[in-house]
Formats: sequence, C-alpha cells, structure tokens
Amino acid sequence: MTDEVSEEELQKIAACLEPFQEDRRNLIPILQRIQERLAYLPPEAIQRVAGHLGLSAGEVYGVATFYNQFRFHPPGKHPIKVCLGTACHVRGGEIILENFERKLGIRDGQTTPDREFSIDRVACVGCCALAPVALVEEKVHGHMAPSKVEGLILGFQLDKERQEREKAKHEPTQS
Amino acid sequence: MNQPNPEASYRAIREEAKNRRKLFKESPLPKITIGMATCGIASGALETKKAFEDALAEQNLSALIHTVGCLGHCYAEPVVIVENPSFPPILYYNVTAGKAGMIVRSFLRDGDPLFEHLLGATEENDLIPPVKDFPRFGREKRVVTEKSGLIDPEDIDGYIAEGGYETLAAALGRNPEEILREILESGLRGRGGAGFSTGTKWTLAKDAQADHKVVICNADEGDPGAYMDRTILESNPHQVLEGMALCAYVVGSSDGILYVRAEYPLAVRILTQALQQAEGLGLLGKNILGTDFSFHISLFQGSGAFVCGEETALIQSIEGFRGMPQHRPPYPVEKGLRGRPTVINNVKTFASIAPIVKHGAAWYRAIGTEKSPGTAIFSVVGDIVHPGLVEIPMGVDLKTLIFEICGGIPNKKTFKAVQIGGPSGGCLPAHVLETPVDFDSLIEAGAMMGSGGMVVMDENTCMVDVARYFLDFTQKESCGKCTFCRIGTKHLLRILERITKGEGREGDLELLETLSRDIKNGSLCGLGKTAPNPVITSLRYFRDEYEAHIKEKRCPAGMCRALTAYYIDLEKCARGCDACVGSCPVEAIFSTKDRKKAVDQSRCVKCGECMAACPVQYSAVKRVSPPHLAPVIERPQEKEA
Repeated sequence: MTDEVSEEELQKIAACLEPFQEDRRNLIPILQRIQERLAYLPPEAIQRVAGHLGLSAGEVYGVATFYNQFRFHPPGKHPIKVCLGTACHVRGGEIILENFERKLGIRDGQTTPDREFSIDRVACVGCCALAPVALVEEKVHGHMAPSKVEGLILGFQLDKERQEREKAKHEPTQS
Repeated sequence: MNQPNPEASYRAIREEAKNRRKLFKESPLPKITIGMATCGIASGALETKKAFEDALAEQNLSALIHTVGCLGHCYAEPVVIVENPSFPPILYYNVTAGKAGMIVRSFLRDGDPLFEHLLGATEENDLIPPVKDFPRFGREKRVVTEKSGLIDPEDIDGYIAEGGYETLAAALGRNPEEILREILESGLRGRGGAGFSTGTKWTLAKDAQADHKVVICNADEGDPGAYMDRTILESNPHQVLEGMALCAYVVGSSDGILYVRAEYPLAVRILTQALQQAEGLGLLGKNILGTDFSFHISLFQGSGAFVCGEETALIQSIEGFRGMPQHRPPYPVEKGLRGRPTVINNVKTFASIAPIVKHGAAWYRAIGTEKSPGTAIFSVVGDIVHPGLVEIPMGVDLKTLIFEICGGIPNKKTFKAVQIGGPSGGCLPAHVLETPVDFDSLIEAGAMMGSGGMVVMDENTCMVDVARYFLDFTQKESCGKCTFCRIGTKHLLRILERITKGEGREGDLELLETLSRDIKNGSLCGLGKTAPNPVITSLRYFRDEYEAHIKEKRCPAGMCRALTAYYIDLEKCARGCDACVGSCPVEAIFSTKDRKKAVDQSRCVKCGECMAACPVQYSAVKRVSPPHLAPVIERPQEKEA
C-alpha cells in the first residue's frame, strides 16, 4: 500500500498549520488537527510540521509515535475499534478481536487492502456495563459475541453489494 | 471606582438564569428527562429520544424533553425520568425505543405508570415506592455527583439555578486564607490516587514566590476500566470549573488548563461549550463578577498516554514533548509548567471543592473516616448485577459495596476477586472483603484507591490471566525512561504469558517476586513503582492458581485458552440438533456417524460460543482443563469434501 499524498491533502495540511505560531507547545495540537482532517498522519505531514516548527522530522515523529492517538496509516471506510478495557477483557474482548481479525484477514492496527475496514484495539470506551464492546464507525455495539461479528460484517457486505447493484442499474451503459 | 460586589453581581445573573428556566420549570406539560452521556448514548438514548418525539407526535400529546448527563446507573441505561403532573417524578430503566412508545401511550395518555417498568419515584410519595428504598440509590452519598444526571450539562442556567457558582461569588468577597483554611481543615485528599493532602498542595503553591502560577485539572483518565472523570465532565462540567476557579483564587493564579483526553469527544465538546458560557456570563475569564480577579481556563487535549496521568509527564506533554516523567523535586507546585508554580489536581478533587467551601470543613469531615474524609467514587464493573458509578462515604466496606449496593454476582456464580485501582492496584479475594474503602486500608490490603476503577470477577476469571492483562497494558504504556520499568515489565509479561500458555517452569514464581521488587525499586514514577502490584497481590492471594498452571498445566477458572478444551458430551447431545454448528465461527463442529455433534480440536479457537448456544436442557458442551481430558473424536473423512 503506497501512501501517496494527494494535492488536496497537502492543502489541508497547510491549512492546519496556518493558525499556529512557531512554538513547540503547538506541536500536539497541530498533529491532532491534521489527524482530525485527514484521519491519519502521512509522512509528508510530519515533514511539513517539522518545517513549520523548526524541529527535525525525527523529533516530531518521536512525539507522534509516543501517543496512542496518532496513526500513520489511513483507516478503513468502516473503522472498527474493539475495546480491551478491564471489564471487556474479563468478558472475552480478546475473542471478539480475534473474530474480527479472522473474518477480515488483517491484524489489529491494519487496514484491509480494499480500504473498507480497519481494526484497532482501544483501552476502555467507558461503556463497561455493556462489555464486551466494539465500536464500528463510532456506533457502540454492546454485549458482543462472535456471531454478532459475522452479522455486522455481513451487513456491510450486503449493503455494498446492494449499492453496487443500484449503481449498475442507474448506469447500465458504463458497466 | 465603586467597591466591587461579586455577590450582588452573581444574584443578578442567577435571577436571569432562573427566569430563563422558569418557562420550563413552571410549564404544566409533562417533562421527560433523558440521560445522554456517552454510556446512555451507547445504550441507545438517541433512539429513545427519537421514539419519544415520534410517539408524542403520533398521539398528539405535548411534553418537554430535557436532556441531562449521567446518573451513574449504567445497568439501567437508557434512564428516563418522567414528570407527569399529579404523579411523583418516576424513574424508568432500560427505556428502549419500544418502551418509550409504551410510556407515552400508557402513562402520558392513559395515566397508567407501568409499574413493571419503573425503578421507583425520585421523591417521597404515597403512590410509588421511592428509589431511595433501593440500596443502589439509598446507600449512596452524593457530593461530587450530586447534580449529575439531573441538570443539563450543555446549559449553564441549570447549574446556576441550582446554586452553582454561588460559592465562588461568596468566596471572592472573602480572604483567600479563609478558603484555604477550610480546605486544609476539611482534610480533603487528592482523588487522583495517591491521596496527597489537597490543602497542603495549595499552601505550597500559594507560598511559592512567582508572578505567574498555573492551575491544571488532570482529566487524563487512563485506567482501562474507570470512567468516572468522564462522566463528571459530561454531566456537570461547571462544578469542576468552579473548583478550579476557587483554587486559582486561593493560590493566586490567572491561568488554568483542563487536560482532557482526546478520546472523550463528548466531554471535550461539553467542556468547550461550558467554558464559553461561563466566560460569557463573567463567571470565568477577565475580572470575574466585576472583581479584579481574572482566571482564564483553556482546554488541552491529551493524546492518550497512560503515563501522562503522572503530573510531571502531563506537563511535558503540554509543552510539546513526549510524556516522560521528570525527577521530583522540584515538585510542580514549586516549578511546573514553563517553570511556574503549578497546582495539578484530579477532576474529582476539583469537583469536591465547591461543596466543601459552601458547607464548611466540619460538614465534609462528618462524611467518611477520620483519615479519609469525604466520599469515594468508584466505577464498579465486571461480573456484577448493578454496574455503574457509585459514590459512597469513605469507610464503607467492600462487602457492602459489592453485595448490598451493587447487587452481588449475576448468574448464580460465586465471587472470586475484586480488582481495585486499575493497573496500579491489586486483586482482593473474598476473605478480605471486610476491608473498608479508604486510602490507607486499601493499601494495607494490597490494593490501592488509584483512580477508582473496580472490576468484580466471578469464579470463571483466571487471576494469572488478569495479572497478565494488566502487565500487557503497563508494559505497552511504560514510557521507556527507566530501564527496570521498560525491560522489567516486558520480562514479567513474558513469564506470565508462558504460564498462561502452560509453559510455566519451576522457579517462575520466585523470579516474578524478585523482578517485581526490583521494578518497584528501580522506577522513577508511579507507573513503574506500581506496575508489579497486580502480580504481587495475585501471588499473595491466589498462589495456588499459579501453581496449578505451572505444575498441572491446568487453569482452574477455565479462562486460559491454551489450557482448556471444549468437547461435546455424546450422552447429552441431542440427535439432529444443530444449535452449536451455526454458532461456531471456524466451522470446527461436525456431525458424527449417529448425527450427533463433535468438536474438531485442531480447528477450535475456544471462544465458548457453542457452550452458550447449546440449549440448556441438553447442556452438552463441556469445558475441561487441562485440554488432554477432552475425548478425541475423529472427523469423518468424507465430510471434508
């Protein structure tokens, strides 16, 4: 997977940098803003931030990798976050994570080659009473079970197929 | 220039807030209050709200819908309070979209309060039993969370109408010394975990000679099983802001920072709004209530590093560095952010300030114990009937908390252990449940107050695995500065992993003990000093479980997957039943020659779904440890094709 940064993304990065002065204390807020806009930090962004703040790229990368919030690969269209807080662990959160991994053929921290799904483990989303919990596109799914994992992913696949069918129906000549 | 009169300015603001609330308060229409904090939304509060709106429209009824924060009763979410004129306010639990429609039709239209779905009335009355009779409500003592779940966190008027910011207004007319004396005498200890005296910390900051001082609220809640700080910020942000302002007034600071986790988007949004509203009314910001006291609070979003809960690491991260703890002394109260004296307190500490100043030190001391006055807030989760946030006076024993207040262990299972204090705390077994909840008693028992996470575990939880889980967490979160913490936790984890996989060796337990001691001694900050605690306490109380793993390759709780196996008892399996087949995510279940089912051990991932799927009248799926006890049944070859 190559991480080519588009012209549009470069513009977004520049827009994120603009309001901040050259002050080390702005480093984390800048990185947060870029991630908010692009959903991840491409290598190009690290370079630009370093240039903007007069730091080395290594220093910026060092800070960014220290914190769990930042990611360096684009997430999937349907990001999946599996909670592995204490309550979820006790109730079998790892089994849920494994099921997602097996079903999608990727490990946690990775994105599927078609960029549809990505899996991340998170430490406590704070819905311990619903353990085990998984977040799919920010929607919390409580009391997860392996069969629910299958259902969720099947739901997305059916949705996608339906959309493609409808698209094909509307543009019969192009397909 | 006229003498500023903060109390008069405040009274005017409060009158206006009350006037704005009047329309709502005095309306003859029924009122529906829905809890909308993160946990409520996760349980479907948004759908519930929509269902209420739809049902009201369908029935052509009018009612006012009021959104509030969290009551802390997570097991009952979505929680809804309905005030129907001529009835007392009634609290309903698990109000799904369907139930919402039912409440509108039966209660609001027909006047039947649906006894089977209500938890109780929130006021004393003759008709409906009050929730206070229920120990989960009645045994609580709410100081910090008094208004949580009752007021709208997105509207400052709600807080002000309830007397919010009154304490600050009164304090601004008093000498800061008096306020400080109140805090000192109250005996308040920092709720962040270590329990350092808040009054002493403030005295040090007040006495520090500097032009600029900083007040930081630490809301970098990192314990993977505790969420009370988030709930407080989402339910009643102004009580925390008021506490910060009082602190700033005492120590002489004009600069505040609220360090909140970026993973809490709702809390960030609510806080941003709360700060704007408070500054708009002149309750924060420049020249508060017309006095010459100014205090500006800005938000800093923490990027998710557990170690940043440590105060020097937190300061490092605000300054744009990796969050690595620094040597103390100098303590932040002498030399903190940008070299300025800095007071750092936890969310719960700041939220306790306004009630203490308002009611006085003697009132606060009357709650709790001699050495730990006040209340403790726990998020009680895990294998428990009524999970959620519980605020109790210090000194209540664990048994009362777990069995009486939170309803005990579900599914007729037995209690095994309670983990208190998250990754820095420890696991306590049944025989020490008489331990009262306070800073010192918990440390004596081997756990610690920590951030207030409490995970209850039943007989099916493996203590070795729980220790492994916490070490996995701390090992990842170690910042890497101290060798013992960086490498030591890694080795602790490796040994524990080996044990849970059945590869434990003679001498492992002694090695765990030595290594734990060394990590404690060789680490600079609280993370390293407490990281081995889960191992130490589980070794102290559950040594036999470790020995079973090492010597017999057996997991007594049946949780370590390498040491367990599932099989189907052919005597009990019902011919032709397919319940388990569909539940298996890896197609490990096959049919035997006589149309019963069996598990292909080479494929089984031991998720336990088949056990849950097998109808209770058969209960044919069995779990055994060690795994070689499972009978081997060969999969018929022809079925493979």
